[in-house]
Amino acid sequence: MIILNYSVIGVASLAAFAILTISMMFAFWRLVRGPSLPDRVVALDLMANLTIGMIFSLVLFTGEIVYLDVAVFIAMIVFLGNVAIARFLKRRVNDQ
Amino acid sequence: MISEWIVAVLLVLGAMFMFIASLGIVRLKDFYMRMHASTKAPSLGIFLMVIGIIVFFFDFRATFEGLVIILFVFLTTPIGSHMISRVAHSMGVEKDKNTVIDELDEETKPVQKKFPEVVEKIQGRKKDG
Repeated sequence: MIILNYSVIGVASLAAFAILTISMMFAFWRLVRGPSLPDRVVALDLMANLTIGMIFSLVLFTGEIVYLDVAVFIAMIVFLGNVAIARFLKRRVNDQ
Repeated sequence: MISEWIVAVLLVLGAMFMFIASLGIVRLKDFYMRMHASTKAPSLGIFLMVIGIIVFFFDFRATFEGLVIILFVFLTTPIGSHMISRVAHSMGVEKDKNTVIDELDEETKPVQKKFPEVVEKIQGRKKDG
């Protein structure tokens, strides 16, 4: 068993990475399938949160804290994207 | 030794919360239910994972950046989901047929129409008080 070579945190971060990958597949399914546009926006939001979680497990797997900066910037940018999409849809509804 | 186990448990627990969120976004019937599932649970998952990282590194930089991430996520997720759900309601995204109260809808806007006995009870309590 190659997994026994890792420490406790290594095994835990690999398990978290596997769980987050399965969740990412579910969210992507909703992104492709979603009947309406807000469904897709919510799926993208969830995928961004899952990406932040993946970066956390990467930080704990490698032990390098530098990757935490990426999570900070993703957490900032996702909010801007959500607000921009909401504004755009609102204007489109008002024009009709 | 014990801090390693604490970090491992927190990490896997946070990942499980995110997995619950993605299960909700696949299985629930309605857009509003899906939004309810997909905005609360990942916040808690990110919170738990950040606590794990802070316990693991236990220095100034990890604590500062982790608190910044928690602050951003907990401030921005409710605002963004609120805006998107309002826009979705004005776009006319369909609701589940078992929806009881919709305060933004014109037909069911007065709760009085739907539940007259509850309103009578509340008004009686106000008169008594």
